[in-house]
Amino acid sequence: MDFGTFLWTTLGAFLTLATFSFLYKDNPFYKLAEHLVVGVSAGYFVIILWHNALVPLLFQRLSDGDWYLLWFNSSTPWYWIPAILGAMMWTRFSRNYAWVSRWPLALYIGIATGLAVPLEMANRVNKQLYASMANIDLGNFWGQGFLDATAGYSQVIIFAGAIAGLFYFFFSKSHTGVFGGVAKFGIWILMIGFGASFGYTVMGRISLFINRVQDLGLWGEAAFNASNPNHSGWFLAVFWIMVMGVAAYIVVELVKFARAKA
Amino acid sequence: MRRQIPLMLVFIFGIFMIFQYFVPHESSEWIYEFLLDWIYIIGIFALALGIWSLIRVSVAKIKAHKSGWGYPIITLAGLFLMILFGFTGYRDGSWGFYFMTAEGLSNPMFRHFFDYIMIPIQSTMFALLAFFIASAAYRAFRARNIMASLLLVAALVVMLRFNPYLGPIGPVIADTASWLLNVPNLAAKRAIIIGVGLGMVATSLKIILGIERGYLGKG
Amino acid sequence: MNIFDRMMSLDRRWVFLLLVVVCAVTYIVPFQVPIRVEGEVRSIYDFIDTLKPGEIVFIAIDYDPNALAELHPMCYAVMEHCFRKNLKVIVTALSQNGPGMAEQAILNISDSLMLDREYNGVLYEGREIRNGEDYAFLGYKPYFALVILGMGQNFRIPFPTDYYGTPLDSIPMMQGVQNYDQVACVVDLSAGNITDAWISYGQGRFYFPLALGLTGVMGADYYPYLNSRQIFGLMAGLYGAAQYEEMANNPGLAKDGMRVQVYAHLVIILFILMGNIGYFMGRRDEKK
Repeated sequence: MDFGTFLWTTLGAFLTLATFSFLYKDNPFYKLAEHLVVGVSAGYFVIILWHNALVPLLFQRLSDGDWYLLWFNSSTPWYWIPAILGAMMWTRFSRNYAWVSRWPLALYIGIATGLAVPLEMANRVNKQLYASMANIDLGNFWGQGFLDATAGYSQVIIFAGAIAGLFYFFFSKSHTGVFGGVAKFGIWILMIGFGASFGYTVMGRISLFINRVQDLGLWGEAAFNASNPNHSGWFLAVFWIMVMGVAAYIVVELVKFARAKA
Repeated sequence: MRRQIPLMLVFIFGIFMIFQYFVPHESSEWIYEFLLDWIYIIGIFALALGIWSLIRVSVAKIKAHKSGWGYPIITLAGLFLMILFGFTGYRDGSWGFYFMTAEGLSNPMFRHFFDYIMIPIQSTMFALLAFFIASAAYRAFRARNIMASLLLVAALVVMLRFNPYLGPIGPVIADTASWLLNVPNLAAKRAIIIGVGLGMVATSLKIILGIERGYLGKG
Repeated sequence: MNIFDRMMSLDRRWVFLLLVVVCAVTYIVPFQVPIRVEGEVRSIYDFIDTLKPGEIVFIAIDYDPNALAELHPMCYAVMEHCFRKNLKVIVTALSQNGPGMAEQAILNISDSLMLDREYNGVLYEGREIRNGEDYAFLGYKPYFALVILGMGQNFRIPFPTDYYGTPLDSIPMMQGVQNYDQVACVVDLSAGNITDAWISYGQGRFYFPLALGLTGVMGADYYPYLNSRQIFGLMAGLYGAAQYEEMANNPGLAKDGMRVQVYAHLVIILFILMGNIGYFMGRRDEKK
């Protein structure tokens, strides 16, 4: 690892630890990291939006025109219309003209909702209902081995569980009697589903932390592994400077705590 | 006019898009592609609103000199530095500003800011959730009744599914977890998906027909 | 204050510290855990493994750095598998910070592919992968649902140029490639509702084979789509990534992370049990 890369990696490690310091309590290092990432992320998004979206979709399409004619002589001058409609969105900040921004917004909402109706109906509702109405495999009803997901009884549980779950979410009728019994079975099935989701969620969250440990480990390997051919005393010097900075902060906190207690 | 025209636009374009899904005719496809092409450009300007808001809020905080006013300076510095690097590129042996071509995307400083500032901080912020979920599991996850116990048992089975230290019970737990995911979990999530799908269709129709007008705001 | 009351009022920072210690120790100590491959991951591997050289796989890198831990290993494993099999790859990034993740993955995998490697007993010679010939990186466009729909008509509608500004028509591997019909399958690696758009607006309208790589948080929610055959495979979380690495014989960060995961889960389970013991003991004392 060359020294330039090491410095950048050290910055990454420092910002990682600064963000982790929030677990102890809110502190200036965490605030620095938080505000820095907000600014850098916004700047990154501006550049990506400019180079990947605005330039190819608008500017390049008007670029064969002349600037002194405001590009109206380009081969595709009608692209000015969506540009003007988009610019109308900016009137949102004006108290008197904010209503103008409703027009392009209405265009977008109309298109998005119109697309959603048939596609969501087909894919979230119809196809899921078709899958629920699959033939129960009576030839293999009890399955093979312990808990077979392809067995007939599993298909019955899927069908009954899905219906019962939908019964539970129907709140226009009170959950009493037979209806209530089916809804109760539905909530049991839903609880098993939420439990499975929780198990996966724990795995997901822990994975995020494990990745940080792996990254810090790679940095530590470069900083402390003397057999690394690019290793240099500067790596340790930078590390100890950071440790002294953190130690100084801890000392200041302890002094404040002791004074407050006194 | 301020409300009628937007409502009309939503209705016309909404109905057209529903209609277009079922009509494979060439002219229907042509209008559909034309609208999609336009909507990308309109949307870009909408996204830029957020950036302007960030600049306004940060400048206001700096001017007000309230406690912690130094931090918005860091935010603005990060924003403008990133924009500067994104427009600075290397071409034909020299560095320069390029607005209409994408040399800035290959600028090493642009990439380094992404790799060594954005990635560590953003991923660490979410990594904090690992600790909060551990703390929440300790404080709040109680088997108070049958339903909570069902949830707890299902969660424990899924969490232990890849543990290799359970001896002969290990494969049983792994098979149980697999069955749980592919049968009762599937049933539960199917019910949710169907419910969400019906809700989305209903809400979309309400918006198209002008029953739901929240997006218009006040006035 | 008895021991159970003390347990219930434990400062959460001790919980944090124990988790940090366990993860750090299990990371430092070298050991491996066996990975059991599930059917939903195997189907993705088998599908890609049976494609012929020159066929195109579309990889949608729709995640931000906050989901990097689980999805980046999947991305590396799938992409390297595709390139080793001499498949061509089209990459898009429909999330805000996705382009940076995609570019990082492509550059790192390019370095790895220069080396000769053996996977599952087959020797793959190192080669250079070239932008425009082996892969096309289309970049980012806002409003993912509309972009997915637009690509179904023609990739050039939302993407007239690639990420670097090169017109799609002048990219060699995009000659004759109009839309999803020329693509063998789509693998969507996503951490948010872009997945729903790929299912409803992409696969639902254009009927291409779709596989999903998801974070653990979302993993359990997409099994219905597997059952209804709207997707042909599902990798969920770090475990899904580790399974793919296991199948591809390409151990990476996911397999390395699973050994820490095993012990971290035991810590969480310990805390859940402690919390419940404290709760029930406290209730028993109240009843007395």
